[in-house]
Amino acid sequence: MVDIYHEIAPRFQVEIDREKCRLCERCTVNCTYDVHSFNGERIVSKSENCVACQRCATMCPQEAISISPGKVTFAPHGTYSDRIRRIIYEQASTGGVMLAGSGTDLPYRVIFDDLLLDAAQVTNPSIDPLREPVETVTYLGRKPERMRVGRDDGKLSVDRGADYPNVKLSTPIVVGHMSLGSISYNACVAIFRAAREVGIMVGTGEGGLHPDFYEYAEVINSEVASGRFGVDPRYLKAVAALEIKIGQGAKPGHGGHLPGEKVDPLISETRMIPKGSDALSPYPHHDIYSIEDLAQLVGALKEASRYRVPVGVKIAAVHNSAPIASGIARAGADFITLDGLRGGTGAAPRIIRDHAGIPIELAVASVDKRLREEGIRHLVSIVAGGSIRYAADLVKVIALGADAAMVGQAVLIAMGCRSCQMCHLGNCSWGIATQRPDLVRRLDADIAAARLVNVFRAWTEELREILGALGIDSVESLVGNRDRLRYVGPNPKIADILGVKHAGEPWSD
Amino acid sequence: MVEVTENLFAEIETAIEADVKEISALDARGEPKSYRSLNEEVHRAAAAGYDVIRLYDVHGQRFLAAGLEGYLRLEVHGTPGNDLGVFMDGPTIEVFGSAQDQAGNTMNGGKIVVHGNAWDVTGLAARGGKIFVRGDGGYRIGIHMKEFRRHRPVVVYGGRVREFFGEYMAGGVLVALGLDLHAAADARGAGRHVAGPNLGTGIHGGAIYLRGDVPDYYLGVGAVKRPFDERDRKALEPVLREFGEHFDVPPDVLWAKPFTKIAPASARPYRGYYCGKLI
Repeated sequence: MVDIYHEIAPRFQVEIDREKCRLCERCTVNCTYDVHSFNGERIVSKSENCVACQRCATMCPQEAISISPGKVTFAPHGTYSDRIRRIIYEQASTGGVMLAGSGTDLPYRVIFDDLLLDAAQVTNPSIDPLREPVETVTYLGRKPERMRVGRDDGKLSVDRGADYPNVKLSTPIVVGHMSLGSISYNACVAIFRAAREVGIMVGTGEGGLHPDFYEYAEVINSEVASGRFGVDPRYLKAVAALEIKIGQGAKPGHGGHLPGEKVDPLISETRMIPKGSDALSPYPHHDIYSIEDLAQLVGALKEASRYRVPVGVKIAAVHNSAPIASGIARAGADFITLDGLRGGTGAAPRIIRDHAGIPIELAVASVDKRLREEGIRHLVSIVAGGSIRYAADLVKVIALGADAAMVGQAVLIAMGCRSCQMCHLGNCSWGIATQRPDLVRRLDADIAAARLVNVFRAWTEELREILGALGIDSVESLVGNRDRLRYVGPNPKIADILGVKHAGEPWSD
Repeated sequence: MVEVTENLFAEIETAIEADVKEISALDARGEPKSYRSLNEEVHRAAAAGYDVIRLYDVHGQRFLAAGLEGYLRLEVHGTPGNDLGVFMDGPTIEVFGSAQDQAGNTMNGGKIVVHGNAWDVTGLAARGGKIFVRGDGGYRIGIHMKEFRRHRPVVVYGGRVREFFGEYMAGGVLVALGLDLHAAADARGAGRHVAGPNLGTGIHGGAIYLRGDVPDYYLGVGAVKRPFDERDRKALEPVLREFGEHFDVPPDVLWAKPFTKIAPASARPYRGYYCGKLI
């Protein structure tokens, strides 16, 4: 057979400072992409394999390694960017559907960055969060329609009507669904430990729960996805919440495909499938073709868990999210998770990751608005994710209508991820998105957990700082409080959909 | 040492009878109870230690025995609603009537016996347990069934099944026997075949056995016919014996026609489909 592969100039250039290099070969051991090798005389580097994960440069004791953009440039072209040309070359060579990990790296406008926060001045005093109470506790789940407060024999009585199961979060953050399989055992342990210490919730991802992880059941949100991998009575009964996964921001409308070579003993035990077999998650749930069918699965999960925990539904943010969310609320779900365009994945077809869905800012605002208009906002909590990068986004997404923010990539970055987006290869040199035991060992679960606790605490303090500056003493009063946001971006239509005024416009007309 | 006498059997029978809980699915006004209250009664009876629970006058209540665990027997008289035995692990359910859609949805273990028909998507994503249906079935039966270690789900239909039998199948055994085919076929010949078209679409594990044959163009993407050999016969024998015992069908009737085996063309159907290069 004729080799039709066409080699393209490397995207990154790896250079070794020969003056500094002491030939310790540490780079050859640390690189998992077959860049560095020792030829008996010196280190030779294959730049074409480099993904810029920085592992070698970080581990080099001599700081002798530099990684820079490729030195061989394409002729500049405004339409056929380097990226598009590389896609065409690659597909011409392989005929494959392009795969990618992480979230889209295309420079879609981040609307969060076009939003500014209000602050209290004169007429509404601010609060000092260091010395005064500012509450960040959030409850996920259905709320009573009304409360009747009365006086009973001189004592205050509160009648809430029915009580619904809620999950208590110490701060309005949940960790998104990253399964054992997409990330490593040590990464999972670190997240579970940190979440338990801080008092937040973690999604399992499609693929069940490894027996070792049941000790963290109190913080676990079990995902029930179309493949139903790992779903058994224990998985449904031991945990804090259940969530039906319909869609994922990185790949709306797409299923999942874990190739057989990744189904090692650990994954096999978690997903409850034989070693080496392909794990295919069908594109739709085959028992859900309508809102009525969704109501049936919600009902089945509530029955199976004896109404002990809230049942949520996760959808990708798409054009029709608001009406769909209305249907989900009416189908009996207790919380809705919206995953935006920029949400992450262990592996997804690049074309879907980069081109399908809508930004989370628009989705959460339109869903919150729709549910309020229909008078059913109390039926569900809204969790919003898909590029909640840091505390500023957390605050803004809550003001746009979310009860809590879902984070994924920021968690991985806190553990050391460099966002090279090669998760789908399973060779993560940092021990995060890999199952190779030699690489998983590189991630110390205790250190990673401590770093995550730091991040969650820092975000919570920053949230409290903002709440104090806004003169709000509880995060629940910020939910959907759009009047505390102002738009400074280029497109008034966006402000219109968000329900946010332009900067310069005062509170009331 | 216990002496085995006629009397002892009678005593055991009495003891078993004493552990039977009878529940009506109708309320005091004669209206069907909600699934939630009916299921609550079932769970309470199971928690109280009853070995046998009999439900009478069941009128389409959904989710019966959802997530129920342990080794008890649930008899259903009437017509249970969708998702019978969903997420169940252990109990045996016998339905004296027909079951609706999705019986045995994501079941982990146990047994469901249906004396009538059981319609669409029976055994969806089941990981274990057995489902025996005397009558016919609808569409997408056994979709995405799996297997794991000692778990190996088995679904057997006495009658014929419609399209997409064993779609996405990843493990376990699916059987359709077509016992009453001639009676079922209409004037145009529809219903001649034991299973409908798009048979085993996307199958990548497990095996489908049909009593009789279907045209090759009935096979879905990724499904192929394989010779029915001695190993298959050995695998099927206990399954058919159990079916025969439940519905009183003699083995010579069950084995009267040759079987066709449908299996995956590949356990890795999508190898080489993707390209993961850095761009």
